[in-house]
Amino acid sequence: MADRRAFLGLAAALAACTKSTKVPSAVEQSMTPYGERAATETIARAVGESTASLGVGSSRTPLQHLHGVITPSSLHFERHHAGVPKIDPAKHTLLVHGLVEQPIEFSMDDLKRLPAATRVHFVECSGNGRGEFMGTAGATAQDSHGLLSCAEWTGVPLKHVLAQAGLKPEAKWVIAEGADACRMARSIPMEKCLDDALVVYAQNGEALRPGQGYPLRLLLPGFEGNTNVKWLDRLHVTEAPAQSNQETAHYTDLMPDGKARQFTFLQDANSVITRPSGGQKVSGGAGFVEISGIAWSGSGKVKRVEVSMDGGKTWDDAVLEEPVLPKALTRFRIPWVWDGKETVIQSRCTDETGYLQPTRDEIVEARGMAFNYHYHGVKAWVVKADGSVTNV
Amino acid sequence: MFRIVLFVMVTAAFGQTKFPGVGKAASAERVKAADKTVMADGRGLPVGKGSVEAGRALYKTKCAECHNEAGEGRDKQWPALVGGTGTLASKAPKKTVGSYWPYATTLWDTIGRAMPYDQPGTLTADEVYSITAFVLHLNGIVAAGQELDEKTLAKVKMPNRDGFVADVRADVKAKR
Repeated sequence: MADRRAFLGLAAALAACTKSTKVPSAVEQSMTPYGERAATETIARAVGESTASLGVGSSRTPLQHLHGVITPSSLHFERHHAGVPKIDPAKHTLLVHGLVEQPIEFSMDDLKRLPAATRVHFVECSGNGRGEFMGTAGATAQDSHGLLSCAEWTGVPLKHVLAQAGLKPEAKWVIAEGADACRMARSIPMEKCLDDALVVYAQNGEALRPGQGYPLRLLLPGFEGNTNVKWLDRLHVTEAPAQSNQETAHYTDLMPDGKARQFTFLQDANSVITRPSGGQKVSGGAGFVEISGIAWSGSGKVKRVEVSMDGGKTWDDAVLEEPVLPKALTRFRIPWVWDGKETVIQSRCTDETGYLQPTRDEIVEARGMAFNYHYHGVKAWVVKADGSVTNV
Repeated sequence: MFRIVLFVMVTAAFGQTKFPGVGKAASAERVKAADKTVMADGRGLPVGKGSVEAGRALYKTKCAECHNEAGEGRDKQWPALVGGTGTLASKAPKKTVGSYWPYATTLWDTIGRAMPYDQPGTLTADEVYSITAFVLHLNGIVAAGQELDEKTLAKVKMPNRDGFVADVRADVKAKR
């Protein structure tokens, strides 16, 4: 409204001095320096922040309302352990030290001089789907799978940053540390650092959002979200992991025998139908409905997505929308002629390694019930006779 | 060929860096000021010491508001620091410092870098040693009257030291 008033005011002022300025009668918004969505569009993240410790919590992406595979930056999920720090990019640096020939410090301008790469990758919290597993998934895909987003990231391959300092032969791990209040740190195996890891400063073509680590974060394609350290300002090259809080007390997977798996970085093959999905309604009764959803794998490309419209009795191959990119969300679509009767719809993903997304029961059989991370079971929705869609 | 020769010359002129002129060498002082890493074997721990008794008093003012008087936690928002020993293989595992954490150094590091939640980084090294000693004492891991320092902390044997194994995925075999 303020925009419109300013625009009309400007137009009136211009009109007073020159009669040639015209104002179209249907103008809603003037041209603005930084765009906003239409006022009638309201989809939003679901924010769950601790009331006891502000800054601890997460916000979930409304997957069921999104199209394609890119998450708009304003809707990217967040998980913070001690809030979002305020950082002056002119003063922010990245220090690389430890088992290197020459400790070196980069300003943001320095990093932007290095050869850059732009890639599309998902980021997923390893706690995603936990509610599904515990039987507290909530009503929608946002509730059950919303700690998942996908963006186009731009930055410097981490191998270039490390090469600039010169790795010593005994260098095996890199401890990445952020500038948030708790200085969250994770130890990353060197193999990953020299493979496809990026130090990123841009998200969907512009600077990272503060909640995504502005001005600099680590991006480890296919690895659990927590390792993608935000507000990155230090890389400590070592021969062993630090055994930090976030890689011991948390983000370890307790098995039924009482032993916990540690350094479980990979996000397994996974998928979820987003349309029609929980909370939505197939309006108009029986007839054609396109089923659509997203599939992803931390191991590489999605090779195949199968969809069942009859509670798992039969499965049909969905079409994967090109381009299918490694460690990125892949959109799948499949036509369906609904008979108007209540049924269960579900999807399952196979990735390029041949790994097939298991059911909840198969995961529980292998891993028990005590783990909190890396749940990736087949997700089912009930389509009721009235068209409403709910959790199973 | 000229470009390659030039690149080699420039590389030689700027030392061993791959991208000459980008980034600046960090001094030992700069690294020391920034390096907060504490390794599981104790490397990186600052010189200092603390006692269970000093920790008891500090805990009251710095920790008890959230973690409760005896480390039992409050509600679900503030985690328990004690208890749970022997529960990890049960149907209701309770993961605490005493029952789950494999290294005492991780406790020092967590308190030193992240606690108290609303004032992280404000405790002195000696205060962190003391609170660490007290929380370990609450768990029956160190005796009352014991002191911990940069040499002895990493030698504390945590009950779940051998409780961690490597990732074995792909471990779930789905049937088609």
